Amino acid sequence: MSTDTLVATGNKAHSHGPGSPVPLQARSERPTSYDVDVFPVPHGREEEWRFTPIKALKSLFEDSEGTETPKIDASGPERVEIETVVADALKVLIPQDRASAIAWKQSPAALAIRIPNEAELTEPVHVNVASLGGRGYTHLIIEAGRHSRGLVIIDHTGAGELSSNVEIKVGDGAELRVVSIQQGDHDSLHLAQHDSLIGRDAKLKHVVVTLGGKVVRINANIRYAGPGGDAEFLGVYFAESGQHHEHRLFVDHEATNCKSNVHYKGALAGDNARSVWIGDVLIRAAAEGTDTYELNRNLLLTEGARADSVPNLEIETGEIEGAGHASATGRFDDEQLFYLQARGIPEDAARRLVVSGFFNDIIGKIGVPEVVEHLHEVIETKLARTAALTESALRKSNEPVLGQ
Amino acid sequence: MATLEIRDLHVSVDTENGPKEILRGVDLTIAGGQTHAIMGPNGSGKSTLAYSIAGHPKYNVTSGTVTLDGEDVLDMSVDERARAGLFLAMQYPVEVPGVSVSNFLRTAKTAIDGEAPKLRTWVKDVNKALSDLDMDADFGNRNVNEGFSGGEKKRHEIVQLELLDPKIAILDETDSGLDIDALKIVSTGVNRFAEKGDKGVLLITHYTRILRYIKPDFVHVFVDGKVAEEGGAELADELEANGYERFLKATAK
Repeated sequence: MSTDTLVATGNKAHSHGPGSPVPLQARSERPTSYDVDVFPVPHGREEEWRFTPIKALKSLFEDSEGTETPKIDASGPERVEIETVVADALKVLIPQDRASAIAWKQSPAALAIRIPNEAELTEPVHVNVASLGGRGYTHLIIEAGRHSRGLVIIDHTGAGELSSNVEIKVGDGAELRVVSIQQGDHDSLHLAQHDSLIGRDAKLKHVVVTLGGKVVRINANIRYAGPGGDAEFLGVYFAESGQHHEHRLFVDHEATNCKSNVHYKGALAGDNARSVWIGDVLIRAAAEGTDTYELNRNLLLTEGARADSVPNLEIETGEIEGAGHASATGRFDDEQLFYLQARGIPEDAARRLVVSGFFNDIIGKIGVPEVVEHLHEVIETKLARTAALTESALRKSNEPVLGQ
Repeated sequence: MATLEIRDLHVSVDTENGPKEILRGVDLTIAGGQTHAIMGPNGSGKSTLAYSIAGHPKYNVTSGTVTLDGEDVLDMSVDERARAGLFLAMQYPVEVPGVSVSNFLRTAKTAIDGEAPKLRTWVKDVNKALSDLDMDADFGNRNVNEGFSGGEKKRHEIVQLELLDPKIAILDETDSGLDIDALKIVSTGVNRFAEKGDKGVLLITHYTRILRYIKPDFVHVFVDGKVAEEGGAELADELEANGYERFLKATAK
């Protein structure tokens, strides 16, 4: 019962034969700049905004100071340096849209988290970002020194309108895990750009967990500073009624023998629950030995929800290990529910089992117990709300029948 | 003694052209210790009977009753029916991605018994049930029915039958798509269940082949949504020799 939503844009990148139509704009040709004026206020028909409810985001396209400074608490093992630095201390990130450029400009300082060379952290670094209700900007720098090992968990909560930039630099031979949790209040807005630069033989596991917020949009960009880099980008989201969760990824393979694995899964429940997933992968001519795969799966739990999923692969060399993508969006399968119930499992438990089964593989890959535990709890809560929703819908649809 | 009683059961499904009646007054009593076979041509409503008893939402019971030991089955939800002691081995078992067989079995057993099984004996029981059905212990780690062959799915159904230990088992074409070795393994499993005593078995099949391994006490021939003829095991032998032709002729208008 799954429909493949691989759309035309997913296919056009495969046709590179002579005479085949050239894409309007290659992914790499999109402008990036620190200058806000390079990016006009979007009208909604642009390729990078066409799925986004831009009306709701108006205030974050306004080039003006924030009305609040979001509260940031960062703590971690002693060896980790946590300090405030100037915005252009690292410059791994170059804004790719107006919101990011404004956030860069209006946030003159950045919070830097540095894991020293060869440090092997046994405890995570926690960064809690709370938006108090106004408009605010944040800028985070995460640097893992060469041959270090570390885990940084960023938790976004609160009620406001937040635009944030996150720069991640993984030193040669280092292994870094970054988890970004978005669980703002129901009316909150959160736009973010995460740019990662992965060093030679370094490994980055980047996990996005989006559970709350009216509009959440995260652009994650991955580049490699040398050969042998490995990027694992995971995402879990659960959009409910009136929520828009959008995740865009761009993996730019330029170095040789690098790996990228993108795996995002989302559930949607309720009227106008929306999700958008865009996965762009570019394998440049020099990137021989690249091994890339991206996958997005969506599970629609109720009527009225909608998931858009667009994988896109541009390949400029044939000398690669592998390149693939998959995308599918399916409805909740009532036959699964029947099968489990026919074995005595009550409906709500059966529903939970099916949904946790859907998320099971990706949650297993996250590998951070505190995040996994939290995720299970939130999914439970959301499913309880969904169950209440389906029940009332059932009652409604039954009414005319009972009246006969 | 466990007794499943079906009285004048009428069942319809919704189609584009309105409701279509599939069961037209089924009467059947299955008591503990008895094995009943329902045989009939394709489209006679055999599977509809199985799924209606289990409570599949696709089927609307328009009249009649189904009781288990006097309790109204039709008033129960699907899971309540299972907990009351009904089990349906499905013709097309459903895949449940991401849910392991061992998790599924434990969750089902806990639901049926109202308490979690004791860990030590449970693991032993599961391993025995798997090996009895000639399935590798490794099956517990696989996802429910995902990537199973047709035969593995059917054997997995019988593993569940043995572990969940219902009062009445309904087997919907469990024999279809099985090679002879798998058929013997599955039949042995069903016989093992039936021999526990006070267990009712309702075996739905299109072919007589499985009846060489599972001896029915009663055979009911199902035609056009109801029982057309009833008898003992000898009726199956007659069907083996002559097929369903005489029943089909009788209903042709």
